[in-house]
Amino acid sequence: MDVLLALLAGLLTAAAVWLLLDRSLVRVLFGLALLGNAANLVIFSAGRLTAGAPPIVPVGAEAPLETVANALPQALILTAIVISFGLFAFALALVHRAHKDLGTADIDALHDAEPSPHADPHHSTPETGR
Amino acid sequence: MAAAAHPSKAPPWFGPAFALPPAIAALLFALLLPTVSGGTAHEWTLAWAPELGVELAFRVDGLSLLFALLVTGIGAATMLYAGVYMKEHPRIGRFFLYLTLFMISMLGLVLADDAIALFVFWELTTITSFLLIGFTHDDPTSRRNALQALLVTGGGGLVLLAGLLLLGMEAGTLRLSQMDGAAVQASALGTAMAVLVIIGCFTKSAQFPFHFWLPNAMSAPTPVSAYLHSATMVKAGVYLMARFAPVFGDMAVWVWSLTVAGALTAVIGALWALRQTDLKQMLAWTTVMALGTLTLLLAGSESVSIAAAMTFLVVHALYKATLFLVVGILDHDAGTRDRRQLSGLLKAMPLTAAAAMLAAGSMAGFPPFLGFIGKELTYEGALALTALPWLSAVGLVLASACMVAVAGMIALGPFLGRERRSVAEHPHDPPFGMLIGPILLAAMGLAFGLAPALISGSIVQPAVVAVMGGPAEVKLVLWHGVNVPLMLGLLTFAIGIGLYVFRHRAIAAVDAVVTRLPTTGDAVYDRSLTGLKWLAAAQTAVLQCGRPRVYLAATVAVVAVAVLATLVVGGGLRWPAGNPTPDLLGVAAVVVAAAGTVLVVLTPSRLAAIGGLGMVGTAIAVLFLMHGAVDVATTQFLVETLVVVLLAVAMLRLPPLTRLPPRPRGTAVRDGLIAGAAGLMVTCVLLAVLAEPFDRRVTDFFEAASWPEAYGRNIVNVILVDFRALDTFGEIAVVAVAGLGAYALLRNDRVVPKAPADSLILRTALRGLAALLLVFALFMLLRGHNEPGGGFIAGLIAATAFALVTLGHGVDKARRAVGATPRAVALGGLALALAAGLAGLFSGGAPFEGLWMFLGGDPAAGDKGTPLSTVLLFDIGVFLVVVGSVLAIVFALEEEA
Repeated sequence: MDVLLALLAGLLTAAAVWLLLDRSLVRVLFGLALLGNAANLVIFSAGRLTAGAPPIVPVGAEAPLETVANALPQALILTAIVISFGLFAFALALVHRAHKDLGTADIDALHDAEPSPHADPHHSTPETGR
Repeated sequence: MAAAAHPSKAPPWFGPAFALPPAIAALLFALLLPTVSGGTAHEWTLAWAPELGVELAFRVDGLSLLFALLVTGIGAATMLYAGVYMKEHPRIGRFFLYLTLFMISMLGLVLADDAIALFVFWELTTITSFLLIGFTHDDPTSRRNALQALLVTGGGGLVLLAGLLLLGMEAGTLRLSQMDGAAVQASALGTAMAVLVIIGCFTKSAQFPFHFWLPNAMSAPTPVSAYLHSATMVKAGVYLMARFAPVFGDMAVWVWSLTVAGALTAVIGALWALRQTDLKQMLAWTTVMALGTLTLLLAGSESVSIAAAMTFLVVHALYKATLFLVVGILDHDAGTRDRRQLSGLLKAMPLTAAAAMLAAGSMAGFPPFLGFIGKELTYEGALALTALPWLSAVGLVLASACMVAVAGMIALGPFLGRERRSVAEHPHDPPFGMLIGPILLAAMGLAFGLAPALISGSIVQPAVVAVMGGPAEVKLVLWHGVNVPLMLGLLTFAIGIGLYVFRHRAIAAVDAVVTRLPTTGDAVYDRSLTGLKWLAAAQTAVLQCGRPRVYLAATVAVVAVAVLATLVVGGGLRWPAGNPTPDLLGVAAVVVAAAGTVLVVLTPSRLAAIGGLGMVGTAIAVLFLMHGAVDVATTQFLVETLVVVLLAVAMLRLPPLTRLPPRPRGTAVRDGLIAGAAGLMVTCVLLAVLAEPFDRRVTDFFEAASWPEAYGRNIVNVILVDFRALDTFGEIAVVAVAGLGAYALLRNDRVVPKAPADSLILRTALRGLAALLLVFALFMLLRGHNEPGGGFIAGLIAATAFALVTLGHGVDKARRAVGATPRAVALGGLALALAAGLAGLFSGGAPFEGLWMFLGGDPAAGDKGTPLSTVLLFDIGVFLVVVGSVLAIVFALEEEA
């Protein structure tokens, strides 16, 4: 099972990188979402898999009676999920704003909006005001 | 403070006050003369970096003492002079600070016996001389020249450092006095070390082809030139060559480099000096000539060559300092340094003229000045050289003849002839403070010439002994008898006087020769500086193209290749043994996730992509659930719901995926390879981790301590709010920042009232559903410590409830339902979590340690009762942060859109 999860994590990472390298900022957003999932999966698998058995101390006992799932990676992932959601939402707002103000969600066009000193001076600069 | 009333006038005690310490130091060094000339070396050591074998070691032997006397003695004269010369300058305080710092650095340099300490002082002289050369920093030429001196000598300093470190490794010690020449020369790196040290010395002492910076450095105020270019800065390289003569002296590369560069530098400097009209430039080029002569003589292995070098060093320091100071006086009190405009000043400035003529007599090498003894010795030393003795002697005769003519132009031209008053109205001798230095130094040139015994045994011989590294007999006398050096000296006078008399024709001839030869590196310096800037711009253009995609591709590719290569080389490609067999549900979840991934990548439709993301998230949530991660799975499900809500609000206003063309074939192959490598890397690393034995110690601790110490049965929640609460606090702060950041990005837009979803069923159903969800959220929050739930999950549920209200009834209604702005909720939650964490700290525990009280316990039955804790407050804080942050984003997206 863990080998399968390792393969899935690799697939998710590859897809995420592919999407992050796309010109379309919308696809970059998708890549960001997949990358978060891949990272969580890696942390979870690295903490070893235990079928069933959530890490809860039964009432009346001082400690879990049998082998339960590793609680540590779960605690890490739980916050990571919420944070990657926050990051995704922030990136979504950013892309949205850029699209609205600059009229494009093309990452290369954004590059032209802030020309580097080496850029072609004849390149037209998209209007940045509202 | 007087400075306030007369901002540009320094008090008269300034110069004497700064001259006093070096004068006292010179006196103290003079007291060491008897013991040092008796063969003793005084040492003083302080541990600096003992682990590296670096010591702050100082050692006074004959060579160091000679230089220390020059540095402090001429330093005192310069300080006194500068107090008057610079008194109108608004930055005189800074000037004296730089000059004093420079003097201390120079003193440290000539006294240091540790190679690292020597290098540090070496670079300090470079930096302080940069500040002094560029002292008039409002002048662009001055800045440029200071930078040039810094780059040339500083760059040479780095080369020297490499040489010194190699030397330290090969010799087994960093102490200069303990280095064994035989061992160094036998080493395979001997030549490399010698070349590195030579480059360092040549840049500092302005040897051909690095000589061009020195004349440019004349943009410094004149006292600086007098000090830096007579006795100190430029002599540092000479000092170091003398210091290393015992180590490298027998090597062919050393002998030939010093001979050729020294002779060339001497001749080039002399010719260029002849053509100058600015007296200060003229002196600068004669300094180049003198440095060349010294370098040439240091190539010798006979004691007479070294004795000549040491004597000429003293001669040159005395007359050169005097003449620079005299030129400063002319500039200051006669209004110009242009020799064509100066004449007939003898009557107006008799004392200045006297100092100038005394110094010039020594410079030209007339008897009975010390310069005469120096020149005789110089020829004798040149003829005793190992390499090219006759050619060197001829070069020196030519250079010295030019010196005779230059001495005439400096000491006779301005003072003899008809007086001109075109420049200054009333030229006059300067005040005492500016005269005493030049007169004293010039008089010493005469006194030592008349009575060479004053310095012969006490100063010159100990220095020669130190350079030779063995006993040497030196006796300075005025009259040597009729011999080859005397004949050469007479020849020098004849040519020199001829050059002076026919100077106009001579200068024209020199001009014709010099301008056609590549005798100055100034143009090369400019070209290489331009080239360097071009290179910097070009590599910046490649490395920082301004395209994030290229940065990302490069970063990922480098990481992936580096990690994969490490795995392959280090034998990290492993297959986990005894892995649990996949069950049907697990395989199904993995297949769904993989299919969703492929869908996201391939689909041209935004909606299908959102669906694919949902498939991936949900399938992974199922995988979490299957493996005992109930809390995580719940969180993941909720987040998936919220993502769909957000995307539904925002995504359809973003451009369709088909607007941009697919990437070109080449890019697609490149990106595909990078993405594939990244995926392969993650899989391989994870497999390698899984193949290692698992260490459960941390987990075991949490499982054992969760209930007895933290009174919680849900171990995941206990970790979050108690054991690792500080981490959680940081994480909710990040969530709050993301939420409020997104809000700030969007809120400035015009708010367009948007019609809520037009569906009666939806609206009616939502109201009930939202209320139900809020109750459920409260329930999850309170039970979280013992069963699945907790602040994160409850917060997400509550946020979903309000988000649904927003979709159905509009932002206004949702705002009213929440009762506070999302910002206030999020920040309030953050404050509550912080307060709960600090409560533990202030009651004597660690930060974020929980405080507990128990209600209605029954100790007899072992029941402690219902626990209440600051940990619950902390979890409520988490809850509020999540609710506030998510709502901030939802509201902003909904309103803005």
